[in-house]
Amino acid sequence: MSATHRTAAPPEPHTQVGAPILRITALRKSYGTHAVLKGIDLDVARGEVVAIIGKSGSGKSTLLRCINGLEVFQEGSLIVDGRHLLRDNPKAMRELRQGVGMIFQSFNLFPHLTVGQNVMLAPQLVKKRARQQNAERARALLARVGLAEKFDAMPDKLSGGQQQRVAIARALAMDPAIMLCDEITSALDPELVGEVLRVVESLADEGMTLLMVTHEMSFARKVADRVIFMHQGLVHEMGPPETIFGAPRTPELRQFLGLMEGSAA
Amino acid sequence: MVEFTLWDILRNLLLAARWTLVLSLVAFVGGSVVGLGLLVLRLTGRYGADRLVAAYVQLFQGTPLLMQLFLLYFGLALAGLNTSAWIAAAVALTLYASAYLTEIWRGCVAAIPRGQWEASASLALSFGQQFRYVILPQARRIAIAPTVGFLVQVVKATALASVIGFVELTKAGGLIANVSYEPLLTYGCVALLYFAICFPISQVARLLERTQR
Repeated sequence: MSATHRTAAPPEPHTQVGAPILRITALRKSYGTHAVLKGIDLDVARGEVVAIIGKSGSGKSTLLRCINGLEVFQEGSLIVDGRHLLRDNPKAMRELRQGVGMIFQSFNLFPHLTVGQNVMLAPQLVKKRARQQNAERARALLARVGLAEKFDAMPDKLSGGQQQRVAIARALAMDPAIMLCDEITSALDPELVGEVLRVVESLADEGMTLLMVTHEMSFARKVADRVIFMHQGLVHEMGPPETIFGAPRTPELRQFLGLMEGSAA
Repeated sequence: MVEFTLWDILRNLLLAARWTLVLSLVAFVGGSVVGLGLLVLRLTGRYGADRLVAAYVQLFQGTPLLMQLFLLYFGLALAGLNTSAWIAAAVALTLYASAYLTEIWRGCVAAIPRGQWEASASLALSFGQQFRYVILPQARRIAIAPTVGFLVQVVKATALASVIGFVELTKAGGLIANVSYEPLLTYGCVALLYFAICFPISQVARLLERTQR
């Protein structure tokens, strides 16, 4: 389950060597009487790439959004990089969120700021990074996602794929220990999906811990160390991609994979 | 009997119009400050503050400004506070403006997609930072036109301050009409002066609305 073949060497580990960077224990969430997550246990090792698949409504996005506190959960505990998620403590939440990057389906770039300002805003405000250093870092990150020349562009002048790559650079600027990707290619035109996935793959190759909710099965198969199939608010099946896609054990997973194949054809 | 020329009437009205402008400005600036405070209170939603603010808005939107003026003027006097008509009018109009402005701005903030809050929260920005650097600049753009539009309402609403004896444009018009026996001419001039103040403001609002698109 651990990803020993990856060279994970993030700065200043807060946890013991080998301890999971994310530990979710007995997590339950409901909207009123409707239970969305019915007791999730999950450990993610440093540098591991985990793909979460499942039907819409299975709770996979909700689980992801619980990890950085965008969703409130009623029971269970969540530890990220040695920090307990304490929903009622704004300061603790901000510290936890500094270690957790998130990329959204709808990009959510700040439309009133240039691409460069989008990337620099949080490091400037939260990390108090010096202006010069912040700008250099932003330029380097934008170059990394292939958008060096867009530093002064406004987000609405960019294609969807470019906007999503800016969003990735923006998240990376905070030096997160773990990155959450919430269906980040679902809002893109098919021809733009590849450029975003290539950036995500390069992150995985560099040892970033990744948790991604995705419908891109071939991508999950190629990049993930572990695949989690969620069904009705529970982790229904979990394993390496070869097993999950090659030898699904439960009828629900078999049916789901069959559906996905059907929609791809 | 003293003869009133048109210039006499107009000159006195213009002098009184200064007070209409001052009262409008005080109400608008005061209303903006209080309204912004209420907006933030409502957004943070702590300790039932959002419901309290909603009730405040309902109270001021659901009662005539005239009653608010009376209640404040006589109420404060009854409470032993020695208020002038000027203070009472300024306070009443400030509260009135704050209730409307906070509601206008709440709508503008609500028009900003949730994803903007979520993205900035995910980047570890505090609530204040999210509001100031991400939400406010976007909401402001939407808010300018309706806010300037409301300013016109405030200017006209100051006329009600005349009933508690504050001498602004309308009150001055009444006084002059009584002594000059020229009510039509006087009130015609009063109306024209209000128009002269409000028309440029609504033009600005329209201009802003156009450039915003």
